[in-house]
Amino acid sequence: MLRAIPTACHSFFSCFFQSHLNYCLLVLLCRGSNTSYVLDNNIGIRGLHLDQQLQLLPMDSSKKTEVVLLACGSFNPITNMHLRLFELAKDYLNATGEYKVIKGIISPVGDAYKKKGLIPAHHRIIMAELATKNSHWVEVDTWESLQKEWVETVKVLRHHQEKLATGSRSHPQSSPVLERPGRKRKWADQKQDSSPQKPQEPKPTGVPRVKLLCGADLLESFSVPNLWKMEDITQIVANFGLICVTRAGSDAQKFIYESDVLWRHQSNIHLVTEWITNDISSTKIRRALRRGQSIRYLVPDLVQEYIEEHDLYNSESEDRNAGVTLAPLQRNTSEAKHNHSTR
Amino acid sequence: MKNRIPVVLLACGSFNPITNMHLRLFEVARDHLHQTGKYQVIEGIISPVNDSYGKKDLVASHHRVAMARLALQTSDWIRVDPWESEQAQWMETVKVLRHHHGELLRSVAQMDGPDPSKIPSASAALPELKLLCGADVLKTFHTPNLWKDSHIQEIVEKFGLVCVNRSGHDPKRYILDSPILQQFQHNIHLAREPVLNEISATYVRKALSQGQSVKYLLPEAVITYIRDQGLYINDSSGKGKGKTG
Repeated sequence: MLRAIPTACHSFFSCFFQSHLNYCLLVLLCRGSNTSYVLDNNIGIRGLHLDQQLQLLPMDSSKKTEVVLLACGSFNPITNMHLRLFELAKDYLNATGEYKVIKGIISPVGDAYKKKGLIPAHHRIIMAELATKNSHWVEVDTWESLQKEWVETVKVLRHHQEKLATGSRSHPQSSPVLERPGRKRKWADQKQDSSPQKPQEPKPTGVPRVKLLCGADLLESFSVPNLWKMEDITQIVANFGLICVTRAGSDAQKFIYESDVLWRHQSNIHLVTEWITNDISSTKIRRALRRGQSIRYLVPDLVQEYIEEHDLYNSESEDRNAGVTLAPLQRNTSEAKHNHSTR
Repeated sequence: MKNRIPVVLLACGSFNPITNMHLRLFEVARDHLHQTGKYQVIEGIISPVNDSYGKKDLVASHHRVAMARLALQTSDWIRVDPWESEQAQWMETVKVLRHHHGELLRSVAQMDGPDPSKIPSASAALPELKLLCGADVLKTFHTPNLWKDSHIQEIVEKFGLVCVNRSGHDPKRYILDSPILQQFQHNIHLAREPVLNEISATYVRKALSQGQSVKYLLPEAVITYIRDQGLYINDSSGKGKGKTG
């Protein structure tokens, strides 16, 4: 009986609380006198859910594609909604049986993005770090925010995909081979051998795939003139993939249908329905702060404390970059003009 | 701030389990009342319903009280009160209000007791107890046989209501459609939650029973408690397996 217990607990927890497996096992080992209670409870539960468990846990986890979720954005400030995106996307992808989400990355945009009201990146980074302190799988990456100029999202995706590729190989590449898109494609072509329909995908099964995590607003921003380059959108959906968390009854499906490029790559676009309204936008958080209203329980407590301590958001901060053109609009518009004049 | 009327907000409900949305009701209501310039919110009370309420999937009240307590350990103005849940039977909301009102007056009397010289200033600002609820509760006032008219009247006439709007509800209409509510609408405060964030406890239980993450929907300490106690594992059973804990 006693010997069976660890297995029972393991299967129970891996079934219902996959993300907290380590924690739960720790509880079992440390609880001492309470242990017998916990064990009894778990055995009972396990019995009830055996069938469900077998359905939920696909037989061969080695065949699953490992996924790293990357969220790009201002995070000005990070809210509970941003954090929920990760949880929802992970549950969704893991439930498909095809994927195993191993990591989430929050990549706050650099100051050169020039968005109105955007406070300095180091504050946004610290807040994101405070917010993910209690998460064992979501982390903050500063690479994007440390670049001198604004970086296109597809390049951030590429950076993280390459970082994973080098990390998984025993001999890391010494030269910055992958700086230019052209070179990158050549490198990827060498690697591919068995999937001719998607020639640009990095092939090795051992390397996790980076996918862009976003809300429906990002998907819809694809149609804002000059905000995105068409080739970038194509590369994001063709080479990486999109996990888009949308509200029940949203138009995301229609949006994909109406876009030829999104339609073509729809197998690489996962729409995750969020069944409860979660409208904690950073804009609303900043507005509430300017008006002296409570933002408690909308952002993690530590983030709220940090904001108050440093008085980060007020009418003055909201005026940052006022009248300045957003970096992507500036770059893409000037490129469009350049192309036009040289044609 | 000196001449403001002190207010205590009381929220009744299942809190099965307590979520961030319940906690937001308090924050939004307090902001709204302060904005009026007339009131000063001095306390919030969460009163989880008695087990004999008999609602489907209701876990034992000691769990619901414990979860609320954990959720509120970082709040300096909201507390959980187990009195309602400890009574032998379920009771009408108005009786819970009466009880807490009595307690409130008693504590004021105690504070004033030793120092009679303070009575004039204190009597000017006797605290008011108001029922805090979501707009959905206002709607249930129209559900036949759920509420006694005399109770509705007592709630809005003697105590007062602070109602936080939720999407899909039209609280102004609910008031206009009811002669009692209309008569005492000066005692009904409609607060607007600027951030729609509808974390229903039903959704949370469903997600838990399916092994999905509820992180960031309820306080971390509550999630840990739910996991440790094995609550809401089998939501569809209708019996509430969590009760065994």
